[in-house]
Amino acid sequence: MVGVSDAQILQMPGAEDSQTGEVAVPGDGPSWSDQVGLALEFLRHRALGEYRVDAFGFDPELNDSVLMAALRPLYRHWFRVEVRGIEHIPAEGGALVVGNHAGTIGLDTAMVQLAILDEHPAHRHLRTLGGEFLFSLPFVGMLARKAGATLACTPDAERLLRAGELVAVWPEGYKGTGKRFSERYRLQRFGRGGFVSAALSTGVPIVPCSVVGSEEIYPMIGNARLLARLFGLPYFPITPTFPWLGPLGVVPLPSKWVIEFGEPIDTAAFGSAAADDPMLVFEITDQVRETIQHNLYRMLVRRRGLFR
Amino acid sequence: MARVVLVTGVSRYLGGRMARILTDDPAIERVIGVDVVAPTGDIGGADFVRADIRNPIIGKVLATAEVDTVVHMGVIATPRQAGGRTPMKEINVIGTMQLLAACQKAASVTKLVVKSSTSVYGAGPGDPALFTEDMEPRHPPTGGWAKDSVEVESYVRGLARRRPDLTVSTLRFANFLGPTANTPMAQYFSLPVIPTVWGYDARLQFVHEDDGLEVIRRATVEAHPGIYNVAGEGVLSLSQAIRRAGRVEVPIWSPLVGVAGRWVRRGGFADFSPEQIRLLTHGRAVDITRLTTRFGFTPRFTTEQAFDDFVHARRLNNVLSPDLVSGAETVAGRILSGWSA
Repeated sequence: MVGVSDAQILQMPGAEDSQTGEVAVPGDGPSWSDQVGLALEFLRHRALGEYRVDAFGFDPELNDSVLMAALRPLYRHWFRVEVRGIEHIPAEGGALVVGNHAGTIGLDTAMVQLAILDEHPAHRHLRTLGGEFLFSLPFVGMLARKAGATLACTPDAERLLRAGELVAVWPEGYKGTGKRFSERYRLQRFGRGGFVSAALSTGVPIVPCSVVGSEEIYPMIGNARLLARLFGLPYFPITPTFPWLGPLGVVPLPSKWVIEFGEPIDTAAFGSAAADDPMLVFEITDQVRETIQHNLYRMLVRRRGLFR
Repeated sequence: MARVVLVTGVSRYLGGRMARILTDDPAIERVIGVDVVAPTGDIGGADFVRADIRNPIIGKVLATAEVDTVVHMGVIATPRQAGGRTPMKEINVIGTMQLLAACQKAASVTKLVVKSSTSVYGAGPGDPALFTEDMEPRHPPTGGWAKDSVEVESYVRGLARRRPDLTVSTLRFANFLGPTANTPMAQYFSLPVIPTVWGYDARLQFVHEDDGLEVIRRATVEAHPGIYNVAGEGVLSLSQAIRRAGRVEVPIWSPLVGVAGRWVRRGGFADFSPEQIRLLTHGRAVDITRLTTRFGFTPRFTTEQAFDDFVHARRLNNVLSPDLVSGAETVAGRILSGWSA
């Protein structure tokens, strides 16, 4: 894995008219003055608003140069994420990644996004779907949109898939992230199968994604319902360190993560009219859920330990 | 097809310009402009009738002039334009009811064009990225101009039901911006420091005034029944727009935004109504596929171009100008390159 953050910064448009510093030493990577020039170029874009945001609020420049770069140390050094089956993610065209959701605050979405950006040969952007609650939150909702997330609803999912984007959804929602530690790696109900009808109507493959390691980062041993209601949250987590240790309690435990993408499930063969067949939608929903659950159990059996 | 056209809201900038555009069309015999107050600007060759659309006199105008096309641009966006929220609501809602009642009675009327707003979709965290014309609002507007627009549209639907022979075009416009239109958004972006809601960055869309007027003109002289979203392609995020305008953003903690909004409004600096605040918090964008395909018009200005045209025409770029930023970049580059030497 080469320094993707550097690579992304080099790709930024308008870099050729940078007039700072001397001539670069050939064959020796970007020189200090070139790097300074590029960084200032980036800052100038940001200061003058000279960048593009798509209809969903995705800001690729900010995402690649700042947001993903900020998460990369967590990904590489803290969780030491290992990725398997990346070849199951298509190099182009629409596809729907469906994953298990865990870990109290849902860091798994960001880690899967970064896994595909860094490890996939095409360095694809993963467009994640989130609940309404996420977008009602200040800062978190804003950053999620800038990182390519949008509301988990049929119109948005289908619009992204039709545009050939790689989309991801975590159908367990808050039931997945807010479950007790004793229920770890047990998949919760998979919503109403809306994601399956979106995949059927656009004819894109569904790629099951199983994540091991995410459950242990904040082992939720209790839920303070009263506090949750007070703050308008879906749940208020109590972990061995939170809220007892204050700010230290928000440091996630350094569990070892494995992200595994399974064999894609083809939906194009059913035809787009199949999206209106609730029986088929339920069947495929169950099939996807069973696949992810099965892979999780298999990965857990082979696991050497929580932290290595 | 349109011979005699009646335009409401003609004393304000967009209505006046629309009247001018229509009088320049040789196929149109007569343009009648109606408003509560006398026009301050040029309305071209249009005949002005000072009539409150809130009273039944409008019916007599329609009948005696044998009006065949009514262009309703009389919905007011801010209380300041009407002298308070109560007269604003009366002009918007009761005025529209009177106008539509008159249209229903007048046999000569065959076409109705209504300037509505994308604000009917509301704004909130549960909104899809882009609204199409068939979608119901997830967070329906609760007050102000947006709610008036919802009510106006519902009366228009009622009329279309009762007079199925009418060609009714409902045009939902994104916020107008351009070199001259003095819209609430134009006032907002002209503030030297721009208050925003802390922790949120709304997606915004604008329609250039020339494009907006062209859509109304085509709906008037051609036949485009139905509801159409009208906006420049693409979106700008609020923070990006502020930077492009060379302004300084002042984020305000959301519980205090309401108070700050009242303060800004009372000071007469800009309209910062609760509806506007919701828009500036959660943003809103619409799908214009129906406009480009069925209506057959693609706005010449994208959202970004409409905004830039507004910024350049008003010479807004004076607080944090591109020259200043480029200068700072050059100086910082020299200093930092010097370090390594």
